[in-house]
Amino acid sequence: MTKIGMRTIVAALSALSIPLLPTATLAADGLEHAQRWQLNMPYGVTPTSHVVYDLHMLIFWICVVVAVLVYGVMFYSMAVHRKSRGAKPAQFSHNTRLEVLWTALASLVLVAMAWPATAVMINMYDASDSQIDILVTGYQWKWKYEYLGEDVSFFSNIATPDDEIYGDAPKGEHYLLNVDKPLVIPVGTKVRFLITAADVLHSWWVPDFAVKMDAIPGFVNEAWTWVEREGVYRGQCTELCGRLHGFMPIVVNATSQNAYRRWLGERHAEAAAERALLNQRMDLSQLMERGKQVYQTNCASCHLATGAGLPGAFPALHKDSAATGALAEHLGIVINGTPGTAMAAFGAQLGAADLAAVITYERNAWGNDTGDLVQPIDVERYRRGDGVQ
Amino acid sequence: MSADHHHGPASGITRWLFTTNHKDIGTLYLFFAMMMAFLGGAMAMLIRAELFEPGLQLVEPNFFNQMTTMHGLIMVFGFVMPAFVGFANWQLPMMIGAPDMALPRLNNWSFWILPFAFSILVSTLFMEGGGPNFGWTFYAPLSTTYAPPSVTYFIFAVHLLGMSSILGAINIIATIMNLRAPGMDYMKMPMFVWTWFITAFLLLLVMPVLAGAVTMMLMDIHFGTSFFQAAGGGDPVLFQHVFWFFGHPEVYIIILPAFGIVSQIIPTFSRKPLFGYTSMVYATAAIAIMSTLVWAHHMFTVGMPLVGELFFMYTTMLIAVPTGVKIFNWISTMWRGSMTFEAPMLFSIAFVVLFSIGGFSGLMMAIAPADFQYHDTYFIVAHFHYVLVPGAVFGVFAGVYYWLPKWTGRMYDERLGQLHFWLTFIGANLTFFPQHFVGLAGMPRRIPDYALQFADFNAISSVGAFLFGTSQLVFVVILVRVLKDKASGRLEGAVGERAWEGVEGLEWTLPSPPPYHSFTTPPSIR
Ligand SMILES: [Cu+2]
Ligand SMILES: [Cu+2]
Repeated sequence: MTKIGMRTIVAALSALSIPLLPTATLAADGLEHAQRWQLNMPYGVTPTSHVVYDLHMLIFWICVVVAVLVYGVMFYSMAVHRKSRGAKPAQFSHNTRLEVLWTALASLVLVAMAWPATAVMINMYDASDSQIDILVTGYQWKWKYEYLGEDVSFFSNIATPDDEIYGDAPKGEHYLLNVDKPLVIPVGTKVRFLITAADVLHSWWVPDFAVKMDAIPGFVNEAWTWVEREGVYRGQCTELCGRLHGFMPIVVNATSQNAYRRWLGERHAEAAAERALLNQRMDLSQLMERGKQVYQTNCASCHLATGAGLPGAFPALHKDSAATGALAEHLGIVINGTPGTAMAAFGAQLGAADLAAVITYERNAWGNDTGDLVQPIDVERYRRGDGVQ
Repeated sequence: MSADHHHGPASGITRWLFTTNHKDIGTLYLFFAMMMAFLGGAMAMLIRAELFEPGLQLVEPNFFNQMTTMHGLIMVFGFVMPAFVGFANWQLPMMIGAPDMALPRLNNWSFWILPFAFSILVSTLFMEGGGPNFGWTFYAPLSTTYAPPSVTYFIFAVHLLGMSSILGAINIIATIMNLRAPGMDYMKMPMFVWTWFITAFLLLLVMPVLAGAVTMMLMDIHFGTSFFQAAGGGDPVLFQHVFWFFGHPEVYIIILPAFGIVSQIIPTFSRKPLFGYTSMVYATAAIAIMSTLVWAHHMFTVGMPLVGELFFMYTTMLIAVPTGVKIFNWISTMWRGSMTFEAPMLFSIAFVVLFSIGGFSGLMMAIAPADFQYHDTYFIVAHFHYVLVPGAVFGVFAGVYYWLPKWTGRMYDERLGQLHFWLTFIGANLTFFPQHFVGLAGMPRRIPDYALQFADFNAISSVGAFLFGTSQLVFVVILVRVLKDKASGRLEGAVGERAWEGVEGLEWTLPSPPPYHSFTTPPSIR
């Protein structure tokens, strides 16, 4: 049987069922994010999300029918066969024909569910012939997106400020579901996601695409999507990944093909500008300003904005720490990480300018005041193994 | 040995420390389970308080993770499992016509391991770096390379728990195989005995696997191996396979004894024999065997090959058949009976209805492509709480109300029992039903804070949880009053051998409360 044939079966079977009224209208409107009082799964914006929704509703209604029958018999019995109404107990204790019948019936219902489910599953696993490939890497606690063959790669961090989280400011519209740089993909294009992780397990989920795939260090998993409609689609990490698991949202901006190409061009220009930075020297205030920003997005989640860390888990960075010790060691820890601990190798995550800035910041903030200045070129030399000057 | 020694317990604390009596040990297990239920419940209250509204109000995310982890571990290993072992201790010898358990000293040890294990586990919360914060499923490498130092204590505690369970299981198997009264064939054993017999074999099969998983973690953390470390050539997914080979049967270890309790209660209060006893026994065995073939349905999104996805989808769906058979049998038992609705029956009926809801959502999750949307959301949280709370926990309540008059010789206050039931029933549904909705709408599990559109149902869920939690105090009041009545020797509320009208079975031929050594001469079985 062909893929399309199977899909028709799913649609036909689920058409037999009346959709849940309030939620179905919500879903059919194709709203881009979950609504208050939403009861059901989104219908979504991809062919896969539609068939998954139909399958979900099909099983749901089968369960409802079975439940009505079973509970109906049970509640009838409870109402009628009660001692207070003078019921005399019958003494039968089995009925082989009945027992065989319901075992067979239950098995048949299962086959009716397994058949369309198999078709959908086979389709979900077919990631061939993609037009765009994106490598998605989960980090504690952000996502990295790399457009393969495009020299475009960036991190996507949560953009909800702490003030909103801790109740010091009113919560914005997309509270916890906003990022600094969303993933951008074109509509009407088969996009393949290659999903992996750099530290612990994460899981990349966008409900409107019906794409959820675990990000596992050492493995590269595959998923794909084909978005029908332009819009901003939001999701979250769904595998417990440590302290800020609840704070690593996913935002996908699905644009027209033209807008996508324009966006790609801008990213190329940005990459060129970043390379030019290597040969620039920055003064202390420039480095500190840039360093503070880099620190907030990359380091503060563990070492805290005050550099105080968390005793026993994450070392403090103020006086008498690696941040005031030998510069070479400090560079080494930040660039290569500390194996066997939660300290990641940021050399693979940040550009030379950001690394230089954040190290300078750590050595001069919170009263550390070592006066050390690290320039992008110093970082580059350290990486090449030329040591520190 | 003095003659005394044979007829009654020693007095004071040594009675409990050194006891080899099945009833004393049963009481210890049940009491311990209740303490753990309140501890795990307090953690749940804290979790629901934090989730009452969006934003972080009460706890830090890292502490929140410790609370979800400990809540799960304590409720599974500290509350439900010991509670059912408590029932097994009290009931198995009485139901098969034996004087005691087959291995009484082992029995003592199985219990006394538990307080040590849990003291170690709970003490990790006060250690530097905090307690386990990686979820009760403790997936590597979050639980190895990235774990707080206290993980070593966690591993030791899990080893102790496993040892306690294995010893308990050996004892139960030995008792059932060797101490049945003459004439009690396997196919004449009460359903509760059957379910525990099968559960004990499951325990023997999977607890060593859990021990293996934590041992591999220990090696990775302290001895430089890389079982679960990709950087060293290891495989983080291997951990999940090993864990769920234990974890899925564990679900049935938790629920089968509850099936057994309900199978005793529904016939009693329907005044009619259990329908389809033989098919019940076979269905239980089928569930146990099949439970070892479905583990990877917890892992549909790890990127298994397509054939793996399909295999585990089909086997998981198949488990619905024997489970359905049980439900149908219970309802057929009620059919044309002569029912009354005392607290044990109410909890049993609620068990059948609400456990089925968990069964339905379980069936939905078996459908692999749909599970891609459900996996690791609150839909899953709703599902397994329906299976564990109105499932296992209601089974515990039903069993306590059913056998308490036998154990103490005093009937509990039925009006308070009804109150406890209705408050619990409403509280549990209010807590867990809305979680289906937020899960489907996209709320991941194990998060301390959530997007604004999930706020309404979370608030309802929290209110339900507070109601559910506080109404358990009614249960404590009921217990205290029964025990007080017993201690004061008041005759009001005293019950005879047959505490309930419709009861069948050997335990109801003994006086209430039963003698210290249940059957000193084997009863005759018709
Ligand atoms: Cu996560
Ligand atoms: Cu399972």
